[in-house]
Amino acid sequence: MLIETLIAVTFVGSLVTFAAPNRWAGELAFGISALPFVGGLVMYSQFDGSGNALMGGELAFEQSAEWITLGAYSLNWHTGLDGISMPLVVLTTVLTTLAIASAWTPIDERQSQFYGLVLFMEAGLLGVFAALDFFVWFVFWEAVLVPLYLLIGIWGGPRRKYAAIKVFVYTNVASLAMFIGFVALVFNLPIETFDLPTVAQALANDRLQAPGWTSVSALKTGAFVAMFAGFAVKVPVVPFHTWLPDAHVEAPTPVSVLLAGVLLKMGTYALLRFNFTMLADVATQYAEVIAVFAVVSVIYGALLALAQQDLKRIVAYSSVSSMGYVILGLVAYTTYGVGGATFQMISHGLISGLMFMAVGVIYNTTHTRMVTDMSGLADRMPVTVGILIGGAFGYMGLPLMSGFAAEFFVFLGAFRSGTLSGAPVFTAVAMFGIVIVAGYLLFAMQRTLFGPFRLDTDYEVGPAPLHDVAPLFALLLLVIALGVAPDLFFDMIRDAVNQMPLVEADLGGGY
Amino acid sequence: MALYELPEWAGLAPAVILAATSLVLLLVDSIDPDSSNRPALAGTATTGALLSLAVTGWFLVAGVGDPDGRGVISLFGGQLVVDQTSLLFTFIFASVTTMVTVASYDYLRGHAYQAEYYSLIMLAATGMATMASSASLATVFVSFELLSLSSYALVAYLKDNRGSVEAGLKYFLIGALSSAVLVYGISLVYAVTGSLRLAAVAEAAAGTELVGVLGLGVLMVLGGFAFKTASVPFHFWAPEAYEGAPAPISGFLSSASKAAGFVVAFRVFTVAFPVEQFLDLGVDWVFAVQILAVVTMTLGNFAAATQNEVKRMLAYSSVGHAGYALIGLAAISGPNSDLVLGAGMMHLLVYGFMNTGAFLFIALAEYWDVGRTFEDYYGLASRAPVASLAMTVFMLSLAGLPPFGGFASKYILFMGAVNAGFWWLAAVGAVNSALSLYYYSRVVKALWIEEPSDDVAKVGITEQPIGIYAAIVFAAVVTVALLPAFGPVTETAVSAAGALLP
Repeated sequence: MLIETLIAVTFVGSLVTFAAPNRWAGELAFGISALPFVGGLVMYSQFDGSGNALMGGELAFEQSAEWITLGAYSLNWHTGLDGISMPLVVLTTVLTTLAIASAWTPIDERQSQFYGLVLFMEAGLLGVFAALDFFVWFVFWEAVLVPLYLLIGIWGGPRRKYAAIKVFVYTNVASLAMFIGFVALVFNLPIETFDLPTVAQALANDRLQAPGWTSVSALKTGAFVAMFAGFAVKVPVVPFHTWLPDAHVEAPTPVSVLLAGVLLKMGTYALLRFNFTMLADVATQYAEVIAVFAVVSVIYGALLALAQQDLKRIVAYSSVSSMGYVILGLVAYTTYGVGGATFQMISHGLISGLMFMAVGVIYNTTHTRMVTDMSGLADRMPVTVGILIGGAFGYMGLPLMSGFAAEFFVFLGAFRSGTLSGAPVFTAVAMFGIVIVAGYLLFAMQRTLFGPFRLDTDYEVGPAPLHDVAPLFALLLLVIALGVAPDLFFDMIRDAVNQMPLVEADLGGGY
Repeated sequence: MALYELPEWAGLAPAVILAATSLVLLLVDSIDPDSSNRPALAGTATTGALLSLAVTGWFLVAGVGDPDGRGVISLFGGQLVVDQTSLLFTFIFASVTTMVTVASYDYLRGHAYQAEYYSLIMLAATGMATMASSASLATVFVSFELLSLSSYALVAYLKDNRGSVEAGLKYFLIGALSSAVLVYGISLVYAVTGSLRLAAVAEAAAGTELVGVLGLGVLMVLGGFAFKTASVPFHFWAPEAYEGAPAPISGFLSSASKAAGFVVAFRVFTVAFPVEQFLDLGVDWVFAVQILAVVTMTLGNFAAATQNEVKRMLAYSSVGHAGYALIGLAAISGPNSDLVLGAGMMHLLVYGFMNTGAFLFIALAEYWDVGRTFEDYYGLASRAPVASLAMTVFMLSLAGLPPFGGFASKYILFMGAVNAGFWWLAAVGAVNSALSLYYYSRVVKALWIEEPSDDVAKVGITEQPIGIYAAIVFAAVVTVALLPAFGPVTETAVSAAGALLP
């Protein structure tokens, strides 16, 4: 019942916040979001699941109830967590709480509506990661989209209407494609439920029967392509990424934090669950094609980031690059590849959240994000700048920070992949992405943070208030903690990943 | 257990209560002709509607009309029947009537002839409830006319308003024409089968040689129902009538009256014209319904997308939703047809709440004199956040987005169509549904995102009419709550559909 309580508390909290007066809505929302935050930690400490949720593993906090019966079909409420979804639930609760704190400064109108929508979105996100029935999952999946649309559309920058409608249309069309792909699979399986574990195991046991006019392998490939295209928009994978920079640039800082930190992970999480677990044979068959998508995302995303002058755009494009690593890790089909990809979801969620927040804090004081407009900020706001540099090094993969662990796992797993032919080449090319990341981050920091102080917008620049810096500091601590002790999450991830079909189990603790 | 001691005609209690309320209203008016006594009139009407709703709910829970429960009640030599279908739809009618009468309390301030207004609403609701129970073509036509005549007057209620009178006239002319078509169709069916009772029609039609006459009759009956459900080709009254009528009446007609048309269509076409038997005869009405469904939803959606006025957009969207509900009848020739027919009923139930709610929001806007176009709605959310939140729920639910009831009903409707082998119907429905997001989201955008222009911002919202607010919030809560509560309601609908099918 813990998951249900968590979702219900967050949902009710969003309604309460919506009705609260603007004056103290921010503080109220922070207090309310502390409840799922603590709940997430409690669940983490009591986590007793093992194995993969879809492949018959032992689930933690599992809950199942009959919901709708339609003739032979039944749609059930089914939730539960395994080693892949548990860390994502923790990530969601942590980032939402910190994002709410970071919103106190920039959000200065219609506060109660803003925080109400953020909490509503959190409830949806928790549901996405916990749901194990397609109907329930899809309800939550779509429920995240509406608040996102409004959050960007109301509180965004000058081109917010364009950005909001672009996100809305892109992801809705993607949802439709994914939906058709999945339903086509279920209707051709001899099962009468949309329960994800049941579907996954029926597919693993080759129980798919194609209708007369097509073959089983064609049906599987078609469904795989439809679902991949649907989720690739959310991730985003190049060439489906064009909505992302618009959305990030226009979105207010706290929404960017959640968008990069958690919402993109919906895409990679769904890819992992649907495409790479349920249709593992198709994924391995076309491993090279998918790896090309991954490597192109890594390199092209990094090159785009290199070309930007806007700090927020730089961080936004670098997300495209980081998500490329996730895809590369997934398609490797080794414990370290897939596990590293999952770990990268968490790590990137924390680091990109940190970067967006830090850029937001700088923008709050300088009112510009253009690299060319400022220099020498380190003198005036030393703490913020120090943390920003820390986060940037985490992004570049400095050892003992979570970014290093994640990318190291991914490269290790990808390099040794047996299913991906030419794996060393793909890995080597992708590794080059790190060099570009280091390049653009160092370049941007050198120009904005160091040297003599100069600011073209002529605002008074001083240290940021405590409630702006504290979330940054908390995130930096988490990044370092996960870098020093990746096993805080990696143990349970490895356990869940090893049960996935076609994954080559690692060779023990030798690495 | 007390139910067993009640006589059989007590099964008609919901309709009887509605009719009695109508008469009581006239009585109140003759004792106290001061029609500005709004609390007494609205209170009486609402009490009657609520009582009818409560009795219907009680019957449904007690298993009246359930073949496995207390059994179907057949009355007056099989002219009227009380089964799960009739009770489910009476539940829709009574709910919508309640919301409309509550909202009318505020909407009618300063208008004359209020007793007649409420009395006509209750008469129309009586007509709907008897339509749901009609088991013979004669009772179908009589109750159909009871509903139609009351509706014409209601649409033209704002008699100082040109739009309202014009709408009433158009509605009346097209209504009279389609009533004539319907009654002529009935006479042709009677000519072939020599019977008016639905079950007897099916029996007598077997092995008839007058297939051409029968086919023409069936087609004309279908046309008559297309009028009531605002389906193509008798849909063009709908935008005019819904736009001109007082907004609560628009909601009443587009939700409840449409559902009434559908319940008759469902019953007549499953019981009197069973699909297998008529296919053997060569009367392929399913094909006609399929065409109607596809054309209706596509035309309704495209027309809605080009509107500048919110009320007119909703009117066309109502045509589109008639197309979705028609899928329930269009996919009936496949396997598992109880599922898809039940899903069609479910969609009408959810639609009853979300669409009435949306029109009541328009009523609220008219109450405040906000204006009619999308531009006039700019920035309303900052001035009326609760009502705007409810309107957002209605719009997203109408578009079929989760987490609202409209998502579940569309999902199950399309799933049922695929399951019955009509994947192309589901595909057209899904594409239309995705398109509809465009114009529904325009309302959301207008309310929340757009900045109001200066003269719009001047329109003061000074008071919150408690009646309209109560009805809107109630509709919104039900629209959301119907998602978790979908299970048991769907079981009733599918079982009701299963009982209709041979």
